[in-house]
Amino acid sequence: MRPMTNSKDFTSPYSPNTDADRRRMLDAIGVDSVEDLFADIPEQHRNPTLDLPPPMSEFDLKRYFGALASMNKAPGEYACFLGAGAYRHHIPAIVRQLTSRSEFMTSYTPYQPEISQGTLQTEFEFQTLCAQLTGMDVANAGMYDGSTSLAEAALMAARVTRRNRIAVLNSVSPAYISALRTYTEAQGIVIDAMPSDSLTLTSDTACLVAQQPNFLGCIEDMQPLADRAHAVGALFVAYADALSMSLFTPPSEYGADIVASEGQALGVPPTFGGPYVGIFACKQDYIRQMPGRIVGRTLDTQGRTAYVLTLQTREQHIRRERATSNICTSVALIALMTTVYMAANGKSGMRHTAELTYQKSHYLASLIADIPGYALVDSGVFFQEFAVQCPMPPAQLNSRLLDYRIIGGLDISDRVANGMLVCATEVNTREEIDAFAAALAEIGASA
Amino acid sequence: MTPDALKYSEEHEWVRVEPDGVAVLGITDFAAESLGDVVFVELPELGAELTQFEKMGEIESVKAVSDLYSPVSGTVAERNESIIDSPELVNDSPFDAGWMVRVTLADAAELDNLMTHSEYQALLEAQS
Amino acid sequence: MTTLLERLSQDRRRLLMDRSVSGRIGATLPQSDVPYQPMPDDKLLRDTLDFPEVSENELVRYFSQLSQLNFSIDHNFYPLGSCTMKYNPKINDEIAAMPGFAEIHPMQPDATVQGALRLMWELQRRLVEMTGMAGCCLAPMAGADGELAGMLMARAYHMERGDATRNKVLIPDSAHGTNPATAGMCGFDVITLPSDANGNTDIDALRYSVGDDLAGLMITLPSTLGLFDANILDVVQIVRDAGGIVYGDGANLNALLGRVKLGDLGFDLMHSNLHKTFTQPHGGGGPGAGPVIVGERLLPYMPTPVVSRSVNADGSEYYTLDEPPKTIGRMGAFHGNFGALVRAYAYITTLGNEGIANISRDAVINANYILSQLKCHYDLPYDRTCMHEVVFSARSLKRDHGVSALDVAKRLIDYGIHPPTMYFPLIVEEALMIEPTETESKETLDGLIEVMQAIAQEAQDNPDLLHNAPHDTPNTRLDEARAARRPDLRWRRPS
Repeated sequence: MRPMTNSKDFTSPYSPNTDADRRRMLDAIGVDSVEDLFADIPEQHRNPTLDLPPPMSEFDLKRYFGALASMNKAPGEYACFLGAGAYRHHIPAIVRQLTSRSEFMTSYTPYQPEISQGTLQTEFEFQTLCAQLTGMDVANAGMYDGSTSLAEAALMAARVTRRNRIAVLNSVSPAYISALRTYTEAQGIVIDAMPSDSLTLTSDTACLVAQQPNFLGCIEDMQPLADRAHAVGALFVAYADALSMSLFTPPSEYGADIVASEGQALGVPPTFGGPYVGIFACKQDYIRQMPGRIVGRTLDTQGRTAYVLTLQTREQHIRRERATSNICTSVALIALMTTVYMAANGKSGMRHTAELTYQKSHYLASLIADIPGYALVDSGVFFQEFAVQCPMPPAQLNSRLLDYRIIGGLDISDRVANGMLVCATEVNTREEIDAFAAALAEIGASA
Repeated sequence: MTPDALKYSEEHEWVRVEPDGVAVLGITDFAAESLGDVVFVELPELGAELTQFEKMGEIESVKAVSDLYSPVSGTVAERNESIIDSPELVNDSPFDAGWMVRVTLADAAELDNLMTHSEYQALLEAQS
Repeated sequence: MTTLLERLSQDRRRLLMDRSVSGRIGATLPQSDVPYQPMPDDKLLRDTLDFPEVSENELVRYFSQLSQLNFSIDHNFYPLGSCTMKYNPKINDEIAAMPGFAEIHPMQPDATVQGALRLMWELQRRLVEMTGMAGCCLAPMAGADGELAGMLMARAYHMERGDATRNKVLIPDSAHGTNPATAGMCGFDVITLPSDANGNTDIDALRYSVGDDLAGLMITLPSTLGLFDANILDVVQIVRDAGGIVYGDGANLNALLGRVKLGDLGFDLMHSNLHKTFTQPHGGGGPGAGPVIVGERLLPYMPTPVVSRSVNADGSEYYTLDEPPKTIGRMGAFHGNFGALVRAYAYITTLGNEGIANISRDAVINANYILSQLKCHYDLPYDRTCMHEVVFSARSLKRDHGVSALDVAKRLIDYGIHPPTMYFPLIVEEALMIEPTETESKETLDGLIEVMQAIAQEAQDNPDLLHNAPHDTPNTRLDEARAARRPDLRWRRPS
């Protein structure tokens, strides 16, 4: 699989200087050899053995990585019913085409606004669309992903309220709760996980965190939760699924103070978990406590509208150990993908895609509900995914489903006996859904 | 208002005692100029207890943030809300419209720990 | 009076919401192929979504025109210190877009993603080999995220040993702001460590600062002055003797590849900014990837997951996502920025053993060449051999001609070159920090040198030319104070 290249003859296409160039440059520097430039490195540790494979040509590289890629069972080739934080949707061709433009792709962080207006204006568009999707006053230019956006929201709530306990519903994604713990606990913040029917909120509670729809796919009744949080002077932090917000009541209408979301569903391929982009939105009052990059509109010296990174004193390069966060990225390229996606789908397309997703997942649920041995776990309103109790351990079931060229749902047997979290979106065709139901019936009957 | 009637701290704050005994605080023209364009001021809350030479707030320019130190001890009686909305007042009028808070003094004798205008001028010259 | 030309040019910058025309759309929408399912009660639904309605053609023109307002590496030279703006090979993008990588779902069973897991395992191994460490976790999603993971591991290590009072972290005064911000996020107190007159760590200050409360040291090597700390072995020894963890900020790894391994120097752990050293298009500010690479004593604390390999009885290999025994937890919802990992691994694979070692050679020659040609024209605060970058100062230009580092930087734009990093590191007044990287030719460097020399002359002859630069850009200098005083952060419907 790894063809040989004679490494002695290897010339990197990425490093243009030749031996003759190097000789002239070393002469200009005034040293005899390259080694002289590395003389500060302790001699006993200098030039260690490097045990890497030899170089590879582009032709061979494509074969090597093509072989690795083909070892994966990719959705598309397989029908896939996984969700749980990463969702498959059709991505219009213009998303890839426009974001592949090298002016967007190979530019740096827009610290020089005079030559970065492309990035800055698209980030301003992203902030606008995120604010309008969530219904909130303002949004930042992007966080690493949905889970870290949620963690930063909780940290911001702790700063705003000067309190150190974070109440989080058990119905929030376990991976998100895990990330929340990683990002907050070292700062002396205590995470209290609790069920929604028995909230324990105190005068130390900085915020209550809830997920909409929750980890099992169900729409939560958020307003009473917000009211409970506000009653003790805590903020209400809503993690809201991005696409669902174009169909269901947005967080601004149920009392959210800060909203976190994952932008992946809006134009970003699943890519085995990243890169994605976290959406972070909040009320106007908190803008100086926000983490991450923020783009603002201003004027240039000739009075023309222009965009610039602003409120930078919140950030690590100025406030250092007192910064609102250590983050120094806004995952701009991924934010751009979601921006183009949202703009292309627009007002009616976003709603249509959400409705279609709702239709597909409910159709799938209606089929599964009729299969002997299977039961839907919760009959509440759901959007794109739902929990199913299976007649056998989901790991076994999933393994059998591969024979049907189907990637089944997520094994959640750690929280629901023989539970599987199943998702369908507009990219799951009726043919696929019918085949999935038939396969479940066949495998279930043989159990 | 002439700056030579004020008292000064080493952190470039000024204080002026009104006839009613209330102290008005602000930052000096030197401080405002060094910061550059002031874009945000975080003032202590009404009723907050300030301690002489300890942090009472923050002041931000586009690319720097500095702590504000209170030149006196006392209770915040009034905040200059207009510099929250128009922070440029601190640059344009540091000794007048750009004042920050009015403080009921805890101990008027503390004023003796501050510099006179000429002493402050000497400090600036020594630092430059 | 606005001319037609000016108005058209402003129109091209109109925001999406201002372009919106009811009834237009930029995408085709599929119809449902399943029997109708009743929708939920209206009271659960949103009334309206205030989103733009714009046609596909108009979107393409809008975003294409915006893109042309950007400077990019593909466009010209980016000697941006500390950012390692090297050329981004195109093949890596093509590989990352292969459906077998781009379409796979992060929660697929391990058995269905063996190619992806193998790729990650091999990348872990390469990073361990290049740095002389013992293990690697690819989960952190950026350099700062890797720092956070690393310092949380240091904290977990001390806590596990009952050393809860170790709460001080030493950080040199030349460090990036992320280091102190990260230490703060980990609940540590930050002690700033001064540099000595040669730009090395001040050993006396270090000795004075270490004690029973020392959690560790965060140090960038080479430093942000572009210098290899000549005292590094002493520094490491003093911190380790005091019971501290030595953390290496790998932002400047480009200078060290094949020349020295931080593990060999006694570092406990480091992160690598894959997007810099191993190229990932910066995308206008992300995504990146910041794996943590760790020595033996921190292995159990790595974030989750890491990829493990087992070899079956028949010799076949099997890869799994595993949780380290004392893990600090998850850095995100999934396993890291896989798309960036694919590109980095493709880069490492292309260059191989010899190509990787040559990176540092050419990066360091290029930086020293610039140093040698510009030191007569700009102040050089530390006149010694540099590594991959060189820090000049515009102090004399400012004193003699009133021209600042900012003015020099903005004037470079007029010559088609991206400005260097300015005003960093903070310990150098009027700093201009230049990092050429290994992917620039001698001719390109000669171009920069000539321009920088010309600008130094212009500073004397016509300082206003520099004060008002750039001259020929889509926008002139911006009113940043206005932006910060009255934040205008989104489009709003005119009232």
